Amino acid sequence: MAIFLDQNSKIIVQGMTGSEGMKHTQRMLKGGSNIVGGVNPKKAGESVEVDGKTLPVFGTVADAMKETGANVTVIFVPPAFAKAAMIEAIDAEIKLAVAITEGIPVHDSAEAWAYNVSKGLKTRIIGPNCPGIISPGKSNAGITPSDITGPGPIGLVSKSGTLTYQMMFELRDIGMSTAIGIGGDPVIGTTHIDALKAFQEDAETKAIVLIGEIGGDSEEKAAAYIKDNVTKPVVAYVAGFTAPEGKTMGHAGAIVSGSAGTAQAKKEAFEAVGVKVGKTPSETAALMREVIGSL
Amino acid sequence: MDLFEYQARDLFEKYQVPVLQGLIADTPEQAEKAAAKIGGTVVVKAQVKVGGRGKAGGVKVAHSPEEAKAAAEKILGLDIKGHVVKRVMIAEGAKIAKEFYFSVLLDRSNRTFLSLCSVEGGMEIEQLAEERPEALAKIAIDAVKGIDLAKALEIAKAGGFDGELAAKVAPIFVKLYEVFKKEDTTLVEVNPLVLTEDGQILALDGKVSLDDNAEFRHERDDMERDALDPLEAKAKAMDLNYVKLDGEVGIIGNGAGLVMSTLDVVAYAGERHGGVKPANFLDIGGGASAEVMAAGLDVILNDPQVKSVFVNVFGGITACDAVANGIVGALEKLGSSASKPLVVRLDGNNVVEGRKILADANHPLVTVVETMDLAADKAAELASK
Repeated sequence: MAIFLDQNSKIIVQGMTGSEGMKHTQRMLKGGSNIVGGVNPKKAGESVEVDGKTLPVFGTVADAMKETGANVTVIFVPPAFAKAAMIEAIDAEIKLAVAITEGIPVHDSAEAWAYNVSKGLKTRIIGPNCPGIISPGKSNAGITPSDITGPGPIGLVSKSGTLTYQMMFELRDIGMSTAIGIGGDPVIGTTHIDALKAFQEDAETKAIVLIGEIGGDSEEKAAAYIKDNVTKPVVAYVAGFTAPEGKTMGHAGAIVSGSAGTAQAKKEAFEAVGVKVGKTPSETAALMREVIGSL
Repeated sequence: MDLFEYQARDLFEKYQVPVLQGLIADTPEQAEKAAAKIGGTVVVKAQVKVGGRGKAGGVKVAHSPEEAKAAAEKILGLDIKGHVVKRVMIAEGAKIAKEFYFSVLLDRSNRTFLSLCSVEGGMEIEQLAEERPEALAKIAIDAVKGIDLAKALEIAKAGGFDGELAAKVAPIFVKLYEVFKKEDTTLVEVNPLVLTEDGQILALDGKVSLDDNAEFRHERDDMERDALDPLEAKAKAMDLNYVKLDGEVGIIGNGAGLVMSTLDVVAYAGERHGGVKPANFLDIGGGASAEVMAAGLDVILNDPQVKSVFVNVFGGITACDAVANGIVGALEKLGSSASKPLVVRLDGNNVVEGRKILADANHPLVTVVETMDLAADKAAELASK
């Protein structure tokens, strides 16, 4: 098991022939992901040699799916073209589209999301502005390092990339079913709740770590969802207690405005539904160790 | 980024949203001239990005150019909640019959846009939402379809406008949505939108927030921006993601989440060491080259408040040996201008090689600590000395 991504995932890369796309295609292949091709309308029909593997380049996502049976796409195209790339993936009705690109205008993300809704949500979008998703030992779609930890019983969902890595590292001896970085933008395709729902249904996942940060109300909604729907133990961490009001902390969505979106409010929302919240990443990992030890 | 009122007014005008004349002035003399040019009664308005300027004495009615000059003299230099007024707008006066409210904004929670509208305007929207929530219409806007005339009429009617008035304001809502969409904004608010005694609809005051991610498709080089802190300006020139804070421990890390977390961990550690706090947010991102590290250290070491620096890197895409080389190279480059102790925590990709590089360099200012918590503690301890 694992969620959204497993050993049967066949991955294509939109923007594979760019420098970022190429670098990470190589890394994903090395980590054992089944990459079956790339998409670049200007290089359709060509192929690219990556570490001894020949990867065909297709003109569109639909063509790539038809020829390779791909069911996952990872998007590395620059911000100005990311909306078109997402809409192309949605039109092709690919099951999973992972948008790594950082710096996409929010009107573009909102339009892509509205388009996905109008098409009946046939495509799960992860991101944008995220590290992607990894089911250790099975597949990796994105830029998460493949070798931090192996397969295990913990499901991890996080707004932040490096905190995802940090938490995988802290719990590396236990391992993860799936780790998802959902991204730090205001409009994202997969939320904390989507991941919680999938982890709750996933037999391999025994406990869940949820990482949030300041801005928006995703954590508060997740807390309410946990109360009514999640029976597996959840441990949470929230970053940004010291962030001042009105200053964007790196992520476009990480901003406290007025009393909304503070770390304190999120922590309280979790604690009110019985979810333990670690003060630091290491304390959060320690709480998860206790949980795993008591299972 | 939030715009000044006069910038919002100019944007509205560009999209044919009806506005009154408005001229900016940075001196009382300019204000006098502007008032003479507009003629009649004018309003002198402080240009600050903070609410409550009217109560703070930042808005004054003037019946002659002389009065406008006197008003500007009083308003320029005024401190409104920490914002010093450097510029005023001289706005044409209006005879207001009724005040309304309209806005369209990004609704992050529902991953769409939202329009708020009320025939009862003139007060702060938070106050209206609290006191008379039934009077404030909230209509979801499809990000693909936007606001066309039919949608605008729906919004107006939901906001309590009657038939004739709804027909009058709806085309203006359509234009305001154009501002929202075409200018890549996350908020367009008009408060108040007014009906004048002679039956005109006018946008009297506006708030607009722009999406920084969309800067690449707009020409805004000559737009007035907030005065940056000198260190923030320096960091920006070097393309660093830096926010100045009020503390003693300089922070450098990779990834927004990890850096935010580092600030928290340092603040907790600071509680044990005389209350020292993080001095800044600085995310050097994925490719932590020697150049980026040097630029980051340069900014932080130039902050006179900083007493120690905590470099916290988890090597994901970035390899720790590259980061270590970056630190060593940066210290070499900075030479004697680097004078504050550095605590370094490296983990992840190529950590053994990275720690070895730092050990071999054996720089007197650098201490390598194994974990994030211990490193934060060490950095706080050094800053408290």
